[in-house]
Amino acid sequence: MTAQEVRLCGLLLREHYGEVVEKVGTHLLRSGAQNLRTIVHETGMPLDLVKKCLCVLVQHGACVFSLGRKGPGSPTEYQTSCSQILTILRYPRYIYTAKTLYGDTGELIVEELLQRGHMTMSSTVKTVADRLTQNMEDGRSMDYSEVSSSFSKLVETHFLQRCPPLPGAGTTDSTTPAAPSFSDCYKVPHVTLCGRGKRQLSSEDGEDQRNAKKAKLDSDTHGDEGIYWQVNFERFHLHFRDQAIISAVANKLDQTSSEIVRTMLRMSEVTTSPIATCTKPLSANEIFRSLPSNYNIARPILDQYLTLLVDDPMEFVGKAGESGGGMYVVNLHRALANLARATLESVVQERFGSRSARIFRLLLRKRHLEQKQVEDFAMIPAKEAKDMLYTLLSQNLAQLQEIPKTPDYAPSRTFYLYTVNQLPTARMLLQNCFKTVANLIDRRLFEAKENKRLLEKSQRIEAILASLQASGAEPEQLTEVEEMITAPEKQQLEGLRLHINKLDSAENQVDETIFLLESYINSTISVY
Amino acid sequence: MWTLCLQVPLAVMAGKGRGVAAFSFNIDALGIGRGSMPESRVGPNPLFPNTDFKPVPLKAGEDEDYMLALKQEMRGTMQRLPHNIKPHYNKSEVERYTERYLKQRQIEDEEWTPDWNLFPKELMPQKKRPRVKADTKKKTVKISHKDTEEMLSKLDELAKKDDGNPEKSDDETEKKTEGKENEEEDVEEEEYDEEDIEEENDYIDNYFDNGEDFEAGSDENMDGEATY
Repeated sequence: MTAQEVRLCGLLLREHYGEVVEKVGTHLLRSGAQNLRTIVHETGMPLDLVKKCLCVLVQHGACVFSLGRKGPGSPTEYQTSCSQILTILRYPRYIYTAKTLYGDTGELIVEELLQRGHMTMSSTVKTVADRLTQNMEDGRSMDYSEVSSSFSKLVETHFLQRCPPLPGAGTTDSTTPAAPSFSDCYKVPHVTLCGRGKRQLSSEDGEDQRNAKKAKLDSDTHGDEGIYWQVNFERFHLHFRDQAIISAVANKLDQTSSEIVRTMLRMSEVTTSPIATCTKPLSANEIFRSLPSNYNIARPILDQYLTLLVDDPMEFVGKAGESGGGMYVVNLHRALANLARATLESVVQERFGSRSARIFRLLLRKRHLEQKQVEDFAMIPAKEAKDMLYTLLSQNLAQLQEIPKTPDYAPSRTFYLYTVNQLPTARMLLQNCFKTVANLIDRRLFEAKENKRLLEKSQRIEAILASLQASGAEPEQLTEVEEMITAPEKQQLEGLRLHINKLDSAENQVDETIFLLESYINSTISVY
Repeated sequence: MWTLCLQVPLAVMAGKGRGVAAFSFNIDALGIGRGSMPESRVGPNPLFPNTDFKPVPLKAGEDEDYMLALKQEMRGTMQRLPHNIKPHYNKSEVERYTERYLKQRQIEDEEWTPDWNLFPKELMPQKKRPRVKADTKKKTVKISHKDTEEMLSKLDELAKKDDGNPEKSDDETEKKTEGKENEEEDVEEEEYDEEDIEEENDYIDNYFDNGEDFEAGSDENMDGEATY
């Protein structure tokens, strides 16, 4: 929980859940596990507000609670972790992935679950059907069964999972919440849901309220009470990792090789555990049979492609044996390490120029080099090489290692070797990324605040226009209202929208780098 | 582990002998000359240093545009959900003007109740917590609080009507009646209101202690009269 992470989490909480939740959340992030009384005392906020905030945080999985450490009689403790809150940055990517895999229905299901934290299957299906019906033409509506089948598909492929049961409820053995790998994790409950989505008509307020009340009253049980579903972020991350590997192969080699790697990854989806170093070995015969039908490549060509992939210095694919025409594996961890290395190299290139990048790559390959050797291998004149090395050193991208010849570390009798360590550099760049995103959000909030008056004015004008159009006004009235915004104000608004869109888009794209570096770092944390 | 040794030549340079940059060892052995030292620092790094290389432009494509739209939509939706807890602030005039034209749906506060099976019991808002201390006294005090609350709301309404803006008072009364309806239906809201009232307990007591105020007023007047 570094300072940058906490700052970024605070900003994300503020944007999505409000400042009150931000205050409680950042306090919990900074102080670790605490019980309710301590939180109330240290934040100085009223008890009911703190309770509400904790409810919101637990609902969205940002906070977990467990029995107190001092034994069964002590109050429950609440603990927040950065990783869950930082996934908020990636929500658009999750939703877009669901859309590409399962269409609009899948997209809306994932969106609803992300917004609400966790929900039952029946309520999700109903809400999504209503939303889809809204966008359809008049007279058509979405059937619940279609949405249910999309939901089941998402659960089968493990993109959605059940929420773990309440920890410490009944059993006193485990004080920590059970990992979501319990037996019923991916079992779709038998739900009796039949009906179609309701179109929400723009009726008067009173009628709406009455309808809403009626809906609440007849929320009949559908047989899945108490079973809540949440989005399985790990599964999405595995999917993103596979996508990154496939697109890297496509960029480096060609489309056919990327299709072969995609086939291999698809075949090993279910047999590979999330922390596996490489996929299970697949024989070339199997790969040949499982290739998509529109790729008619001959068997010997496939063998040639596989040999090419194995020989490639990026080491995406490795050969694990000769049986069955050759056994091939996809080296997941090595691929991630190489992708992270490529990211680091490109960062150095974009910040310091291609010659500094050459020195950086040299140091990565040759591990330890003296200054003279760096100049010789990189073929850069001495003075410039020195300058670049010192810049890299001051930015902490390169480190200096002393090897003394004598025990008194005299400078004239010590070797000074430059080196680059990939893992610590990756961690440092990851923190830089967090700082970048936090700065982007800060700047966007600042821009919005600066032009608050203008934004509110344009909002009012739009609302007036909408209401006028709904009540059927003449075009002259519309133009009159439109002219209430002057031309320079329109320009200012346009510029503001452009800036905010750019800042938002930049956040999304920095998140891609964050994902890559995080995956690499997590893969190096060796478990057992 | 291995520390940066760039500091060493600089520290060595600090050995002030007769010359400013006098080294205590043979500098040629290190392979660097006296003129090739980097410039010494004269202060902290500038806050916004000049970059020699401009950043690469953002990726722009259909996917990125779609994800941008998704992100902004999601942010807007999540800010309107009941999960988003807004701090209490007084609604000023400008707010009410916008609310008249924005859709009513967006302002209505959806109450959200989590499933208490999944949450620790202590997070539930307290329902009728039995204050065992002084039941009868609290009951009478509660009744007087309901009275004072009604009086205050009536005073507010009258004050607003005096301002001479009938539309605003209509909104106020509409909201108050809506608020009261919600109060009756929802136990939670009632609880929060009661707690609020109970917290303001002491101040209202003092405020409506009629005897002291009148005496103070009359004393001042008498003093004023006495001097003249």
